[in-house]
Amino acid sequence: MDRTAQPILKVNGLGMNFGGLRALDNVDLDVGKEEIVAMIGPNGAGKTTFFNCITGLYTPTDGDIIISPLGKRSERINGLKPNLVTRKGLSRTFQNIRLFPNMTVLENVMIGRHCRTTTGIAGAIFRGRSARREEKEIVDSSYTILKKIGLEKSVNEFAKNLPYGKQRRLEIARALATEPFLLLLDEPAAGMNPHETHELDDLIRKIRDEEGISILLIEHDMKLVMSLSDRIFAVDYGKKIAQGTPDEIKRNPVVIRAYLGEEIDA
Amino acid sequence: MISFSEIKKSFFVSLWFMFLTFPIMVIRVNTIENIVEWRWKNMVFVGVGSFLLSFVWRYLIKRKEYGLKKAEEGEEMRISFVRRILQEKKFYVPGLIAVGIFLLAFPLIFSLYQTNIMVSALIFVMLGLGLNIVVGLAGLLDLGYVAFYAVGAYSYALLNYHFHLSFWIALPIGGAMGTLLGVLLGFPVLRLRGDYLAIVTLGFGEIIRLILENWNELSFGPSGISNIPRPSFFGMDLSVHGSMIFIYYIMIVLCLFTIFVVNRLQDSRIGRAWIALREDEVACQAMGIDKAKTKLTAFALGATWAGMAGVMFAAKTTFINPASFTVWESIIILCIVVLGGMGSVLGVIIGALILILLPEYLRAFSEYRMLAFGIVLVVMMIFRPGGIVSDVRRFYRFEGAGGKSGDG
Ligand SMILES: Nc1ncnc2c1ncn2[C@@H]1O[C@H](COP(=O)(O)OP(=O)(O)O)[C@@H](O)[C@H]1O
Ligand SMILES: [Mg+2]
Repeated sequence: MDRTAQPILKVNGLGMNFGGLRALDNVDLDVGKEEIVAMIGPNGAGKTTFFNCITGLYTPTDGDIIISPLGKRSERINGLKPNLVTRKGLSRTFQNIRLFPNMTVLENVMIGRHCRTTTGIAGAIFRGRSARREEKEIVDSSYTILKKIGLEKSVNEFAKNLPYGKQRRLEIARALATEPFLLLLDEPAAGMNPHETHELDDLIRKIRDEEGISILLIEHDMKLVMSLSDRIFAVDYGKKIAQGTPDEIKRNPVVIRAYLGEEIDA
Repeated sequence: MISFSEIKKSFFVSLWFMFLTFPIMVIRVNTIENIVEWRWKNMVFVGVGSFLLSFVWRYLIKRKEYGLKKAEEGEEMRISFVRRILQEKKFYVPGLIAVGIFLLAFPLIFSLYQTNIMVSALIFVMLGLGLNIVVGLAGLLDLGYVAFYAVGAYSYALLNYHFHLSFWIALPIGGAMGTLLGVLLGFPVLRLRGDYLAIVTLGFGEIIRLILENWNELSFGPSGISNIPRPSFFGMDLSVHGSMIFIYYIMIVLCLFTIFVVNRLQDSRIGRAWIALREDEVACQAMGIDKAKTKLTAFALGATWAGMAGVMFAAKTTFINPASFTVWESIIILCIVVLGGMGSVLGVIIGALILILLPEYLRAFSEYRMLAFGIVLVVMMIFRPGGIVSDVRRFYRFEGAGGKSGDG
């Protein structure tokens, strides 16, 4: 099946300047339906900046970001506020974990439900029938997600008290709660031990296969990237230097020179 | 936990203190009769006092270290004493009933003076709970909160002066004025946070006070507005004592109302969004929360209570002028929130009662009041940085799920 036939995210000529620094320069990228796409490149290449542009934290200097969710019209989302981007169905995690440390694990996920629910001030105070129903829905669906991610034992723990690997998984759970069609993971395996990384591999696959969510991930762990990805984009100094299947990337001389070095032969 | 060596150390500390203070505390040269007085009694006071202080200090440090070590070892966090009480129905229902009866009987048992002080404390409970929304929950450091309090008070005073509006109509209007001003202040400071927000809100509070002080045609300037009527009781005018008792009960009801609303908000979609905003602004936005809207609702809902508290204040004192609404009031309210425990309703109530009642009853030592105030705050920040009652998050139970508790 050619997944790229139906891109759900298409980025054309994306550029981002920070003062004089050109952090991104004419980057093209697309993600297909139910595809896992990886973005690799050395530190400082501009990968996180790319995520920030797509999710609305930065407004890109030039280029187009176009989303085409299934069954909906295509739409250019440049410069849309982050919360609106999330509403549109793009959800992300952060390279340096950004959970809500003094909220419980369950509450962290419940925050993800915010943009799909509507109870207002009056509803919160009077707690009418519909507010109660919605609150129950928030709790139940959040718990279901935690079960799927394997964190159901820690629902009432403070997020800050979780071990590192679980915090990373919780960030994924929280992102899933916003009902995305595309999940953006910024170095999800950073700081994980091999066992946790292996579990993460399974988890990401499961999210794609069972939920039908496309995934775009930044990752340095080549084993994970090669095993997971349908396609890989390599960037360096803000420019795209290669794209292709894992096998093509492994053999690409430019990539090898820029980033992978001998690792690829091993 | 307390070893003999601790006692010994404290003992030596007190010896040192007695020695050092000997010349000033014990010896006094009476220049009139030219004799030297030996005030040995003072030495005993110094000795016992410094011994106890040093001992308590050591004990607290020890406890703190012990707690840290435990946390590091990854042991299950201790369930705090307060939390245990809060969870056990057996404990807190009778406790609540006792407190309730005490509060209901208070004005009947105690004098007018005591009731008056208690009403002040309750007004500050309300202010604390309101500011708690802004600072404790949404994490927006607001140093100009007193402005909303002032606006509430002046709303009642002026509406009554010009249009003879009664207290009962002014009360919701005062709240609404607070809300309105909260939104008005909210807009320009949407982009600010942390220190910048604190400075701007501080300035805002001062601006409101200066307007009240200088715009004579509107606010009657520094001389203020007097003869503000107390609330009427079904059209009857009460005696001074009677109406103070009445105000006391109104305050109790208002405080209960505030607690009810704040509690509901806290455990709602809106309240969680506030907390998320406090915890991490970027992540909060990235999770689909509208930052601007969330900040505005926090400012507006926080200010509403200040507006109503202002009306109560005007009705209680029957006289207001700008001197009642200085930065100092803002800071006291902030201290209530911080001391009580950011985000915790019970903590804020306890904080308000301590910070307002203690100074009143310690009037005898009024020169040292501020000193004591400072010391208490410093000690708190060292030993209980989370406040007296740290934020308790809701505990959810699911079938078949392990229910390990998050402390706090
Ligand atoms: N907010 C910012 N302001 C200025 N420079 C930035 C900002 N964010 C990122 N950069 C710069 O952009 C470049 C790319 O950074 P980043 O996207 O974090 O790289 P990567 O995630 O690939 O390691 C770096 O040189 C970084 O210093
Ligand atoms: Mg990065």
